[in-house]
Amino acid sequence: MNPLNNTDKEHQTAAMNASTENTTRSTTATVRASLKKRYAAEKRFRLYGIIAISSSIGFLFLLLASITSKGLPAFTQTFVKLDVELNSEQLGITDAPSAADLRSANYSGVIKQTLRDRFPEVTKRGEKKALYKLISTGAQYELYDRVAADPSLVGQTISLWVPADDELGAIIKSDADLTQPDSITTRMTDQQIAWAKTLKDAGDLDVRFNTTFFKNGDSREPELAGIRAALIGSAFTLLITFTLSFPVAVSAAIYLEEFAPQNRWTDIVEVNINNLAAVPSIVFGLLGLAVFINFFHLPRSAPVVGGIVLSLMTLPTIIISSRAALKAVPPSIREAARGLGASPLQVVTHHVLPLAMPGILTGTIIGLAQALGETAPLLMIGMVAFIVDIPASITDAATVLPVQVFLWADSPERAFVEKTSAAIMVLLVFLILMNAIAVMLRKRFERRW
Amino acid sequence: MNKSVLLISSAVLASTITGNAAARDNISIVGSSTVYPFATVVAERFGKTSDFNTPKIEATGSGGGLKLFCSGIGVQTPDITNSSRRIKASEHEMCKNNGVTDVVEVLIGYDGIAVANSVNAQQLDMGTKDLFLALAQKVPNPDGSESLVENPYQQWSEINPALPAIDIEVLGPPPTSGTRDAFAELAMEGGCSQFELIKNLDKALFKSTCHSMREDGAYIEAGENDNLIVQKLEANPDALGIFGFSFLEQNSDKVQSSIIDGSIADFDAIADGDYVISRPLYFYVKAQHVGTVPGIAEYLAEFTSEQAWGEDGYLADKGMIPLDDEERAAVGMAVKNLEPLELN
Repeated sequence: MNPLNNTDKEHQTAAMNASTENTTRSTTATVRASLKKRYAAEKRFRLYGIIAISSSIGFLFLLLASITSKGLPAFTQTFVKLDVELNSEQLGITDAPSAADLRSANYSGVIKQTLRDRFPEVTKRGEKKALYKLISTGAQYELYDRVAADPSLVGQTISLWVPADDELGAIIKSDADLTQPDSITTRMTDQQIAWAKTLKDAGDLDVRFNTTFFKNGDSREPELAGIRAALIGSAFTLLITFTLSFPVAVSAAIYLEEFAPQNRWTDIVEVNINNLAAVPSIVFGLLGLAVFINFFHLPRSAPVVGGIVLSLMTLPTIIISSRAALKAVPPSIREAARGLGASPLQVVTHHVLPLAMPGILTGTIIGLAQALGETAPLLMIGMVAFIVDIPASITDAATVLPVQVFLWADSPERAFVEKTSAAIMVLLVFLILMNAIAVMLRKRFERRW
Repeated sequence: MNKSVLLISSAVLASTITGNAAARDNISIVGSSTVYPFATVVAERFGKTSDFNTPKIEATGSGGGLKLFCSGIGVQTPDITNSSRRIKASEHEMCKNNGVTDVVEVLIGYDGIAVANSVNAQQLDMGTKDLFLALAQKVPNPDGSESLVENPYQQWSEINPALPAIDIEVLGPPPTSGTRDAFAELAMEGGCSQFELIKNLDKALFKSTCHSMREDGAYIEAGENDNLIVQKLEANPDALGIFGFSFLEQNSDKVQSSIIDGSIADFDAIADGDYVISRPLYFYVKAQHVGTVPGIAEYLAEFTSEQAWGEDGYLADKGMIPLDDEERAAVGMAVKNLEPLELN
């Protein structure tokens, strides 16, 4: 070995070492210098995240608080006690009335007479009219129901709790001071408030849980309006949506994911399914009007058409989530099943589908929850309607919960404000329930690999 | 499991498709959202006091309702359509062409459109002319020259010295609303036809000048929801709102009507025709369906009964302005005999 060469090499290595040491030092320095900045950037980013989340929670809370505070009064109702004398002469019926007689009897006259007897000092026509306004027009129907159930009541005096008019109801529910009528913002006159005070002092005014709200269909009198018709309509509509969209969507997803060959046609189908998920819902309503109502002559305003339209809308959502769920089942399961001699169909129905079910159901429930909140497509097929009678079948005229919210929000009577919020609360409860079921199903049946 | 669900669903579909031809047992009503609150009251009473089902009422707007109504005869078409304007000759023609030959017109009453502000503010006293100058997009040049200029007015006092010196801020319905159409036709057109310059324009230009609302922020489209406008007026005493009379009535403790051409929007002024921003309300009945769909004749009888559309009837309580006695008698008679409408 050449010593000279050797020293040369040593020199070289030393020089190299020196230069690497130099660069190392400078890199560390740079890193150290920028470290503070990077930590700060991360801190800022975390802060942005916290601000974003807390502001959305804040808004959500604000929304819920405003809906709840506005809607809670709707769950109670003010009742007035009346001692009604069922005078057959006043009712305009004979002593042995037929069912038809009972139906057409003059109940409103009897109730007015009861009020006049209660406040004998009221004699002027205008005053009488003001007095009658304390009681809901629903009182006469309530009286009819009582008498129809037991015709022997005719001739007796019965005491009956009837709903108060919406404005009186609002004052009593807000616990306003009836001795100071000026402090109450209302359309009621001081005289009406004085009458209300008399009733209240006698213990003939009572605030109770509002069963009417869950028993009745829509009404133009806020104190008689209920969400039953809309609830049943929503249930029928969702039932149709589920029975149509679930099997079709799951079969489509299974075929596309497990059996379909990879070619241009399946690509086109796939792209179109994804596009369909982004089509505005009103378009489905127009399609429903043109195809199901105008061509197939299905009845207008019926849950069956609403359900079909909404199932078209939810199909892509369910297909996409079902495919994702099927894809998440590991291939080893399929291979093992096939190795044991299962046919491709058996592989799917015995192994892949049960394992994918939680994901599929989650997607289905999310799709249905979306359908539950939809109004736009229903406008076109006539489900935005005033429905008093509770629908009994899927071909009866019906409306749905969000439409009921919309209709009440547009009503001039002020007491509908609380009904609107209460209906929103009911709708929210259903949405939360559906989502909870989705979470539960996933937790219960989910398998991790 | 999949198979059974599929079977059930196809059975459901098949049964509904075959079973739809059955007769309808409730009256189907469509049409104007202005008439909707009144028609629904009658329908509800009718359903509760008769053996018939409660009619189903859709708010589709006057034009949409007439289109559905005139699309033909048969249970899948509506029996009655509500309208906040009279049927047009073209629509009547369309009806006839589709076989809807016997249409009965029922004039039920009047609706007012209120211009109102908060009860905590000063009541305004103005004419339709002032309203036009405050809200139109183009107005006659204030310097007196014969031309139209972009609306320069910022404060009410600039239009009419008698009005307060506050900024013009009017909340009203958007162009899709029937209330807006009626307001443009009755108030704006009433105001702008008082200017010789605009009156002499050709018909199309006259209409567009009169009906165009300014878009610089003085007129605020507050959405279809009249309750919202009332709430905003309560919060802002300087603002004025345009909405239906029934909302004014229901909120008379919060908002007050402005005086327009000498009278406020109240019951008597609208009934007497003193208050100019009011319009007739109609509904149209398919006479050919009477007898086919149960209850139509009885529904008509309920609607035209004194306890419903009379001066002290329950429709008046809901804010509809009733016809006078003679008109009621005449319309009631025509309805009873189902006299078909003849448009000249």
